[in-house]
Amino acid sequence: MMTRFWTNSPTWGFRDAFSQLNRLRDQMDLLSEVMLRGRPVRSPATTGVFPSINLTEDPDRYYVRAELPGMKADALDIQVVGRNLTISGERKIESIGEEARYHRREREAGKFSRVLGLPGEIDAERVEAQLINGMLQIVIPKAAAAKPKQISIK
Amino acid sequence: MADTKELRVRDKQEVTTSTEQTRPGRVFTPAVDIFETERNITLLADMPGVTSQGLQIDLRDGVLTLSGEVKPFEGADEAEVLIEFETGTYYRQFTLSETIDQSKIQAKFVDGVLRLVLPKVEKAIPRKITIQTV
Repeated sequence: MMTRFWTNSPTWGFRDAFSQLNRLRDQMDLLSEVMLRGRPVRSPATTGVFPSINLTEDPDRYYVRAELPGMKADALDIQVVGRNLTISGERKIESIGEEARYHRREREAGKFSRVLGLPGEIDAERVEAQLINGMLQIVIPKAAAAKPKQISIK
Repeated sequence: MADTKELRVRDKQEVTTSTEQTRPGRVFTPAVDIFETERNITLLADMPGVTSQGLQIDLRDGVLTLSGEVKPFEGADEAEVLIEFETGTYYRQFTLSETIDQSKIQAKFVDGVLRLVLPKVEKAIPRKITIQTV
């Protein structure tokens, strides 16, 4: 184990037979994703928590987006503590009645809760959230200290 | 266990057809529930991010086509930090049997969910036949 720690080389150390293959597969997956999409994309099924989130930023704000079809605003709970944003709620699907028969059933209902740690300090007082057509959009202003400052050279 | 189960993440299903799209961008298959009652067949499709203007429902030759346009949400000067899902047009087709009264179809789009009610043609509604006893 010490040789693995110091050298990080696959040829040293005494791991089990499959860990090297797993690492190789993960790296090849990442590589093929980069070539396909132009940037690394982790499949949400591996990171695992519902809902899938897109986090983007500009110099003043963070933007968090999630797809939550069929959710009403009052079934959704959004909280901010420090730098952590928590999105939780429950999606309900109405029951269809006794005599109805399903031909196809692909939509799912259930509870969810996800905590997202934001990369920098934020201004919790001015967070705004909107739920439009099943798309949740949260705008989180950055704290003044966390905004990039242009330094001019004299 | 009476607890509500937890929702799990599923990858969005991307359409892989042999025909090419004329417009650039991804195409996804929306998740759909279809159920039938005595009088109607109801279809519910999850299409988050679509607006009512961008939604098209087409029915011809017994084929129902759902298509929902999704505009990209990210502004031009936003930098990506973590991207877990892509957005793109939703598209799915269904073949309808002839028992649908196509002139009476109703559509509602609320919270990103499309609800299509397809009424059955009168003669397809099961009728009880009473047996007369002499």
